[in-house]
Amino acid sequence: MKHLIPELERLKKRLPPGQAGTLLLPALHRIQQDRGHIAEEDIQALVDYLGVPRIQVDEVLSFYGMLRRKAIGRCHIEVCRNVSCSMRGAERLIAKLSDLLGIRPGETTADGRYTLATVECLGSCGTAPVMIVDGTYHENIDPDQVAALLEALDSHERP
Amino acid sequence: MNGRKIIMNFEVTPTSHSFAAYRARGGYEALEKAIKTMQPAEVTREVVDSGLQGRGGAAFPAGRKWQGINLDDGLPHYLIANADEGEPGTFKDRWVLEHTPHTLVESMLVTSYALGVRHSFVYLRGEYDLPWRRLAAAIEEAYDAGYIGEQVLGSSFSTDIYVFRGAGAYVCGEASSLLGSIEGTRAYPRNRPPRMTVRGLYQLPTIVNNVETLSNIGWIVRNGAAAFREIGTPKSPGTRLISISGHIRRPGVYEVELGYPWVKFLQEDCGGVLGGRGLKAVIPGGISSQVLAGRNAKVVEGRDAKVVLANAVEHLTLDHESLKEAGSGMGSGGMIVIAEGTCMVRLLQIMMRFYHHESCGQCTPCREGMGWMHRVLDRIVAGEGRPEDIDTLYYVSRFNDGTTICGLGDAAGYAAMAILDTFRHEFEHFIEHKRSMYDGNLECRQSS
Repeated sequence: MKHLIPELERLKKRLPPGQAGTLLLPALHRIQQDRGHIAEEDIQALVDYLGVPRIQVDEVLSFYGMLRRKAIGRCHIEVCRNVSCSMRGAERLIAKLSDLLGIRPGETTADGRYTLATVECLGSCGTAPVMIVDGTYHENIDPDQVAALLEALDSHERP
Repeated sequence: MNGRKIIMNFEVTPTSHSFAAYRARGGYEALEKAIKTMQPAEVTREVVDSGLQGRGGAAFPAGRKWQGINLDDGLPHYLIANADEGEPGTFKDRWVLEHTPHTLVESMLVTSYALGVRHSFVYLRGEYDLPWRRLAAAIEEAYDAGYIGEQVLGSSFSTDIYVFRGAGAYVCGEASSLLGSIEGTRAYPRNRPPRMTVRGLYQLPTIVNNVETLSNIGWIVRNGAAAFREIGTPKSPGTRLISISGHIRRPGVYEVELGYPWVKFLQEDCGGVLGGRGLKAVIPGGISSQVLAGRNAKVVEGRDAKVVLANAVEHLTLDHESLKEAGSGMGSGGMIVIAEGTCMVRLLQIMMRFYHHESCGQCTPCREGMGWMHRVLDRIVAGEGRPEDIDTLYYVSRFNDGTTICGLGDAAGYAAMAILDTFRHEFEHFIEHKRSMYDGNLECRQSS
């Protein structure tokens, strides 16, 4: 986390002065972007840097769905399962992905390659069904073509 | 064409979101006009006179909200654009952020000028990737051009805009709860009074407006309140961005002049129901608004689709008063079209799974009630429903009404009851026969 301090100091310039807590979520986002999750040492460093109570950081981490305390697979697939997506094939899509990867939603493949998750509305109902792969939206997915999409992702997979 | 346009009034091209393109279509003229020729109170007066209503769901008059700010109290004031678009079926603000982020930026600057705001925020939902990049780039462009920062356009007005990314919590769409998020705590809704215009962010006067609401401000200041009132209906002036999805031929975001006939919108603009099926129901404004049925359906020959439209929907126009009369509301403008043959028990199951997942847990009736309803619906869908289950669903829905701090618990209850009222026979059938009246599928394929 400490390497992010100069960047966070720059952010502060556009924020109201004297409100340390306001940097908490931006900092957690940046940590997770770099490490993939929030580690114990990050929390300690954040508590020291921001001067907020440890319990406040724990509360925030357990509240917001996007923040993770544990590592996940290298490729993170999040499929929307809400109303509009389900009406356009999300349930078939989730079943298909489960099948292809051999895991249920919420699980990670044994080789640590993929984590499959179901999520609630992603605000992409007009291009349903939709899934997010490593932070990027993939819209208008045809469940029958998702195997090809997985292969394409495989070749671009991060080292 | 669905009437006059205020926001989607340009052709989308690969560069139409840029600063240069926005300037070329008259962008930032409203800001110059406000700063150089108007007093802050005059800007607020113009917004009050325009009759602009909030576009996030509650349709509260924006100008009246602004009048809650006392310009002479000597305190810092804050402005927050609510871009935590999470109401299922809603994706209209995303269109603004992706295609014309400067419309929001300019409108926020005008608003900050009117309300004496030094620091403003865009509270953007954490998942949105392209909207974030586009908005962040737009803000940098505006800083570089001298429209944001110290002494804007050589005046004494200085202001900053910060894009604050949420982290995956539906409840943050509730205006008071996102304050907690910005303060670095859990996002729990707050009791009113005190209103947020008295004690909001950091316990200081704060205005929270929806992205679409704010995006009208630049236009209003540039063209005047009277011009705005010429668009729409007397009680619902202006336009609405409707995001339409579900079983519809041409889903997407449409700007519709308020008062536009609904039948025409569904049939001509959106191409009618998918697969030529009949219209069973419409959820007009996000899943928390009450469903409108397609009962007493009547065949209407469409231009390019044979659409069966409900009598109820047939006489409706797209404006707040018409939908209110029909027992629902425009809500967030997230319209979900449901074709004949869709199982409403499964649909409600998905809705309650969502509310259960997203209840923030602060108030007992919502925290426990949503889970209870979800479990009852899971049981019905598993073929283990009990005759008293329908009464239980009503009981919990009613129990939520007025017993929670924020409106999300109430809204979930009303939405559930509207489905139970309208499609009760499907629930009875599922419980009695241990299976759906239909095939239990929610999907309707384009080709079918």
